[in-house]
Amino acid sequence: MFDVNEIRKDFPILSRKVNGYPLVYLDNAATSQKPQQVIDCIVDYYSNYNANIHRGVHTLSQEATDKYEAARNTIKEHFNASKTSEIIYTSGTTHSINLVASGFTSLLKKGDEIIVSALEHHSNIVPWQMLCERTGAVLKVIPMNQEGVLDMDAYVDLLNDKTQLVFVNHISNALGIINPIKFIIDQAHRVGAVVLIDGAQACSHVKVDFQALDCDFYVTSAHKMCGPTGVGILYGKEAWLEKLPPYQGGGEMIAEVSFEKTTYAGLPHKFEAGTPNICGGIAFGAAIDYLNTIGFSEIAKQEEMLLEYANKKLLEIEGLKIYGTGSEKTSVISFNIEGLHPYDIGTIIDKLGIAVRTGHHCAQPVMDFFNIPGTVRASFAFYNTIEEVDALVSAVKKAKMMLS
Amino acid sequence: MSIESIQQDLVEEFEMFDDWMQRYEYMIDLGKSLPLIDDTQKTDDKIIKGCQSKVWLDASLDGDKVTFTADSDAIITKGIIAILIRVFNNQKPQDILNAEMSFIDDIGLKEHLSPTRANGLVSMIKQLKMYATAYQAKLNS
Ligand SMILES: Cc1ncc(COP(=O)(O)O)c(C=O)c1O
Repeated sequence: MFDVNEIRKDFPILSRKVNGYPLVYLDNAATSQKPQQVIDCIVDYYSNYNANIHRGVHTLSQEATDKYEAARNTIKEHFNASKTSEIIYTSGTTHSINLVASGFTSLLKKGDEIIVSALEHHSNIVPWQMLCERTGAVLKVIPMNQEGVLDMDAYVDLLNDKTQLVFVNHISNALGIINPIKFIIDQAHRVGAVVLIDGAQACSHVKVDFQALDCDFYVTSAHKMCGPTGVGILYGKEAWLEKLPPYQGGGEMIAEVSFEKTTYAGLPHKFEAGTPNICGGIAFGAAIDYLNTIGFSEIAKQEEMLLEYANKKLLEIEGLKIYGTGSEKTSVISFNIEGLHPYDIGTIIDKLGIAVRTGHHCAQPVMDFFNIPGTVRASFAFYNTIEEVDALVSAVKKAKMMLS
Repeated sequence: MSIESIQQDLVEEFEMFDDWMQRYEYMIDLGKSLPLIDDTQKTDDKIIKGCQSKVWLDASLDGDKVTFTADSDAIITKGIIAILIRVFNNQKPQDILNAEMSFIDDIGLKEHLSPTRANGLVSMIKQLKMYATAYQAKLNS
């Protein structure tokens, strides 16, 4: 039985105060809070079996290696990849994207086309721009409408036999819109293009199935899924991971090294140079176990309830406008109040204990599209409550009164 | 009034408030009282980088004193500029350059600003001092 008050007890940070008020943490799209189960896992690692992995004969090293690889398997099972070796540990979404973008340098030629969407995070724009600069490929952008929904007719029109790569986020971080990625993937495959999905915002809300989606690459970060910062994954279909050259050289990623020639290790180690974030990888596994114990359908139910309630309550404030009004949405509300700067609203409500994000949310093109400097973004997680939505609404009302 | 005594006044004004909500209210009022800059004057060369909000700063030399005008699209930012302008307006360039900035810590401004805003504050002060440097050079020549 889902009981939000019981669940909140798992998150020690939720009982702290900020500026004299109980913390109301509504910046979950930036990073989630961590449950005791994940914190305990981190403490256990460093207290009991910290050792370098894959290289020691001693017991600790074996234990650490086993746990690290077991977590990789947890990740593989959770996302339904076909093989564990298709899960590459990285430092996070940004790292994963750069790994793929770098790998495609030798696979693209001048005049090839790369498609991204108008809704992308800077992490999913800049690496492709750099790839275009290196290769002479051309960047094309899927436009969106006033509701923040991508124009699928325009997308289909953009696809042609020069299209090599398509990169779209699963869920937009700036607006919370869920993109029709299954359609996007299937259409791209029709012209033989490769698809990478940026799932940084999605994996905390929905259970993603890599094989069902049939995406070629999928990337995400642990820290948005109740896991630690500094760890994430690159999922790639085996054939593509085999085709991509290694990203960084170093220990762990080699089979044999001599000064004449080095042969690379097989997957996944080929892309995992150096000592990885061992503890982070293990704790990522613990975070996934935690989320599955709660259950993604329960998570969705709670978040939908919060979204609906917050939408209704916020819209009662005069002059408040919500961006990203498409019907397929996660629990993110990006808004402004007429005549007020989002930064001012964020500053005042922080003094009342409410944590939200303000600004362009690393998606400047989205803000330019709406011709605004930024928004206030409240993003809810399953551990948020109706009372916290009420606290947000009354803080925003107070800020509005002070600022107008 | 000397820069120092204006700073002293400001510190005393801020001490009168019990909490940061009231201080913010005061800053918002200061921001609202700052004369507006005409939109045509808000050109990109006057924008100060490093803020989440936009800040335009302009200056001119009146006799041997510098006058500043500034604006922002965010009202709390504007309040912060209003404080700086109150301290530095109608002062000699050399005095601006010599000015101690400890009043910012005494008011508690920096620690109560978000990191991006604190960065913005540093950029604003840098820009004010740059104008003073330029005008001092002009007076010297
Ligand atoms: C859609 C999206 N892509 C990429 C990123 C970057 O993730 P990370 O900073 O964990 O690499 C984020 C994080 O805000 C995001 O929301």
